[in-house]
Amino acid sequence: MQQIFNFLIRNKNSILFLILFAVSIFLTIQNHAFHKSRFVSSANYVTGGVYNWSNNINTYLHLDEYNERLLEENNKLRNIISNIHDSISVEKQLDSTSFEGDYLFRTARVINNNFSKIDNYLTLNRGEESGIKQEYGVITSQGIVGIVDRVNDNYSRVISILNSRSRINAQLNNTNHFGSLVWNGKDPNIVQLIDVPRQAPLQKGDTIITGGRSLIFPKGLPIGSIQDFSLDQTQSYYTINIKLFNDMTNIGYVYVIENVNKEEIEKLQDNNEQ
Amino acid sequence: MNSKLFSNIARFIVLVFLQVLILNNVNLAGYINPHLYVLFILLYPFAGNQSLFLFLSFLLGLSVDIFEDSGGINAAACLVAAFVRPNLLRFSFGISYDHQNIRLAATPFGAKLSYVFLMVLIHHFVLFSLEMFSLNHILLILKKTLFSSLFTVVLTLLSLSLFSKKYR
Repeated sequence: MQQIFNFLIRNKNSILFLILFAVSIFLTIQNHAFHKSRFVSSANYVTGGVYNWSNNINTYLHLDEYNERLLEENNKLRNIISNIHDSISVEKQLDSTSFEGDYLFRTARVINNNFSKIDNYLTLNRGEESGIKQEYGVITSQGIVGIVDRVNDNYSRVISILNSRSRINAQLNNTNHFGSLVWNGKDPNIVQLIDVPRQAPLQKGDTIITGGRSLIFPKGLPIGSIQDFSLDQTQSYYTINIKLFNDMTNIGYVYVIENVNKEEIEKLQDNNEQ
Repeated sequence: MNSKLFSNIARFIVLVFLQVLILNNVNLAGYINPHLYVLFILLYPFAGNQSLFLFLSFLLGLSVDIFEDSGGINAAACLVAAFVRPNLLRFSFGISYDHQNIRLAATPFGAKLSYVFLMVLIHHFVLFSLEMFSLNHILLILKKTLFSSLFTVVLTLLSLSLFSKKYR
């Protein structure tokens, strides 16, 4: 017994090292498993507060740019509305305060964004109290950003499309050929669309949009344009490099999308499987 | 002793905030970020309590991890660096470490460089290996380790020479 104690005391540093190392490896592995990182996340009171504070200063410096983007988006929306004028009565359409579509949009500000690692996350300054829940889509006016993965009272964490575990359904604008949007970890402006069947007619510069097969993003949101493409090893599917419309290194404000009918559709699909 | 304790606590907090608020946003050439918070591990009193040192290093890495959403990779890397530090100190400073009378500011530049460089290299290698978590990316791991290490070493040596008066 004495010897065991002596051994433990003599090697207490090595033992402490091994225990702490095991803890950190455990946290790392848990973080690598999708949707399971329960303990360590930046969407908590302290880190969220710190990021929010530093972002308040940062946002102020980019006001010009954000204004420009808003103007651009307003311009786009005005064009759409003015075209609607022709067909439907105006009064009904302009009353947009009662949004009765399938999707509900909320605004949020990105208070932390990284893109230099292989698994990247963003932190938003809105959380459960503002009605944000897990698996809501996140977009900007130019393209998609990611999917909400953890929610706290006031902050939420988003899995960026620049994350090796992110897979988003996307398709060609011209035809209905679809594939999965992934990222190879290299360039934050280029993502990959894989598993596109060989029959798809591809051309450089074609637009890629969201596919609408998932319940997260509505169909038809712009993602990026084709930069180049090649057949994969099986020679039957294309791997396409896509240049994002969105500058993922510079995101200010985002929209969080809620699919209002999601529960209903999921219920229906569960019934089918039984 | 008390002023030493205070300066170590202050250094801990300042380095974590510096890392997550400023240095993580450098992104030189897209992916190169310095990890200057290793400075805490480099400067921790050489004669201090070793168990406490391991625990503090773990805590340092974990605080950065929570901000970065990276699981436990920084904690593991810091822990390894702290664990091998006595060996590296003996390797770099030889006899003067065994007599416990080295002051980092007063050591010859070559010894200081080898100590800093080896510590940073080990820390970064563990960090990026765990970040990628796959042998398929071994080239990317080595590339990131090398470039980020160089960046960190330069910054570390600069800050050592800038703030060295305190330790003289």
